[in-house]
Amino acid sequence: MVRLNQYSESERQHLLDLPCPVYESSPFVGGLQLREARVALISTAGLHRRADRPFGVGESGYRLIPKDINPNDLVMSHISTNFDRTGFQQDLNIVFPLQRLGELVKDGFIGSLAEYHYSFMGATDPARMEQEARNLSAIMKKDQVNAVLLVPV
Amino acid sequence: MGGLSHYIEAEGIATTQISLIREHTVTIRPPRALWVSFPLGRPLGTPNQPEFQRDVLKHALRLLEYSPPGPVLEDYPHDAAGDDIEAGALACPVSFGTIPQAATSRDALMQEFQDEVDNMKTWYDIAREKSLRATAGISGLGPDQIAALFRDFIENKIAGPELHGEKLSDLLRLAAEDLKAYYFAAISAQPGQSTNAATLSDWFWGETCAARVLNEVRKCCLNIAAKDMQLAGKLLLIPRSQMHRFEE
Repeated sequence: MVRLNQYSESERQHLLDLPCPVYESSPFVGGLQLREARVALISTAGLHRRADRPFGVGESGYRLIPKDINPNDLVMSHISTNFDRTGFQQDLNIVFPLQRLGELVKDGFIGSLAEYHYSFMGATDPARMEQEARNLSAIMKKDQVNAVLLVPV
Repeated sequence: MGGLSHYIEAEGIATTQISLIREHTVTIRPPRALWVSFPLGRPLGTPNQPEFQRDVLKHALRLLEYSPPGPVLEDYPHDAAGDDIEAGALACPVSFGTIPQAATSRDALMQEFQDEVDNMKTWYDIAREKSLRATAGISGLGPDQIAALFRDFIENKIAGPELHGEKLSDLLRLAAEDLKAYYFAAISAQPGQSTNAATLSDWFWGETCAARVLNEVRKCCLNIAAKDMQLAGKLLLIPRSQMHRFEE
């Protein structure tokens, strides 16, 4: 279990001092029926296919992850060394729960999964990701995506 | 993460997300978020517990059913219990019986390191036979090549800011991550080993030669004025939570 008050004082202060964006508006799309949801998964863990270029410092782009990716083909090059990677090593679903989402589709909990899923590298200023995120939204709409699950690391 | 939610929702697609640091989510106010009390690096809670992971996902996905106004921030009601096989201190898969424990020179440390890498490879091969999945490989270097890279860098045998067409600072960082992935896979090959994140981190940074070599790499980075090398030395090689072991 991890809450901020359980970190060391220096670590807690570091996390609290991280800059967070503040937005004037609060966009909110109307309620969705889960059985009609076509879900895309977006991770900020710096995941990519083994043959893709690793993420670098300050990178604002994303990498594409096909729905049927071989789990052995997915690696992580997030620049931060301050979070655990052994969970990811033991079980891909701990960071990128594509298999679990597929099970929820089979159970009828959600409608379907997108053909493509995505990863950013979360140590970048979110403002620098804005254009990429908006461009990606247009691509996801063409994939009939109407719901996105974002998973941090 | 909350920023991405904001931008995608503004484009008309409903978003929901997992939150690991509640204080950040309260400030950023993404449309829908489920805060979980899990460690950084483990947003679904517990490796190899599919039922628990599905439950986390169901809680996060149900937030999509909310109608305006938003935002919505809910707390997941469970901690990630039962994720640890706590077997006490990890048993290092390397016999250090013939290796001097406290090398006083870089030469001795590098020899220890090469011996350790050689021994780890046996366990890594066993780990690979057990699992079809490997997470090492982002640097394009194998364990011996990583050891050689670090040795050459520490011994000041790499001239330029680039090597094999890569920025040296990037290559050092990626190689460090690969080295840890090799070691963690190797230790995991032992039956009954802990899966606890903190235990594994303490083992690597507290007990392996590899960690001491990475500290030498870190110090050498800090001796180079270039901004990217300074960044690597200050932030990208050793976790803040483990730096106390290396402060002189």
